[in-house]
Amino acid sequence: MVMKILKNFFKRVFSNLFKNRKNIKLGFYGPPNAGKTSLANRICKDFTGEEIGTVSKIPHETRKIQFKEKVEIKSKGKAMVFKMIDTPGIATKIDYEDFMKYRMKKKDAKNRAKEATQGVIEAIKWLDDMDMVVVVLDASENPYNQVNITIIGNLVARKIPVLIVANKVDLKDADIKKIEAAFPEYDVVGISAKYGTNLEEFYESIFKLSKKIK
Amino acid sequence: MSKRGRNLGKIKGFTIQFLPYSEVRDLNSDDRIKKILGIVLGNSILILQGRLKTEEEARLIGDTMAMIDHVKTFRGIELAVISSNDKAGFFGKMKSGLANALSGGDLGAVTIIGPATIVKEMKRNPKKIELLLKR
Repeated sequence: MVMKILKNFFKRVFSNLFKNRKNIKLGFYGPPNAGKTSLANRICKDFTGEEIGTVSKIPHETRKIQFKEKVEIKSKGKAMVFKMIDTPGIATKIDYEDFMKYRMKKKDAKNRAKEATQGVIEAIKWLDDMDMVVVVLDASENPYNQVNITIIGNLVARKIPVLIVANKVDLKDADIKKIEAAFPEYDVVGISAKYGTNLEEFYESIFKLSKKIK
Repeated sequence: MSKRGRNLGKIKGFTIQFLPYSEVRDLNSDDRIKKILGIVLGNSILILQGRLKTEEEARLIGDTMAMIDHVKTFRGIELAVISSNDKAGFFGKMKSGLANALSGGDLGAVTIIGPATIVKEMKRNPKKIELLLKR
């Protein structure tokens, strides 16, 4: 009996000690076209040599959850292993006619819209499975979008640590301060996934965030 | 009349429904979302006193997506919430949290939900929500 209690105690202590070092599930969430896949690609390419998915100017390019297992991120002498989970952009509306503006045929546009709606549902379902989440926002867009607020609210309700990334800082209209003002309770890191700007600070913030995993 | 007012042009028929929180307070999440989507599917812009729980907001988005697949003319919703609590500090939030617990919801908040076929965009900042309608 005593042996069993001791065994369980040590098992719990050691699993807690090492849980943060094994394939932490890192989700990328945000509205469509904010650059979730671009950022995930940049990280995966840097540390595994392979990308996670394709990117496009047409919204809802990512319509299924995409994974990359065992991505070891190394920065400034630290290293951590993550399971990267890139999710479809969350939206409240999807109109196939919007895709046709990109010279897409009606049939293809309808198909894309159908897949995109299913992608949003899937992304919401996956919220429960994340250890920590990077919410990727376009720094040139209005941050007070209800989708952003809903995503962050749901992560907080699930006690999942959140880091906000203000992507596309290379754009003329980018305004990180606006994002910081909208979400004053969270760390905001300004980056450009396209040009790889400020990724060291992003990695530092990721390592810091992993300590908040419960 | 402002230039914007003069150029309104023809707007397709729609109604605006104001729903006091008492109408949804006693409903469970399923029925609450069903009621909201029912109103929006009837081409109405809904102004709801109070706000949904964050989990309900996520479910509303999920159910909206499922509905796009099943209702031919439905393209989704525009959604915005404005709350008196947004800029409150710790004690302000604690105070309103207590008041919300007693009343059953954040009655200082207003939720606006409209069908995307009518509402082109909802522009929100901490002080106001602007509705841009489709012509």
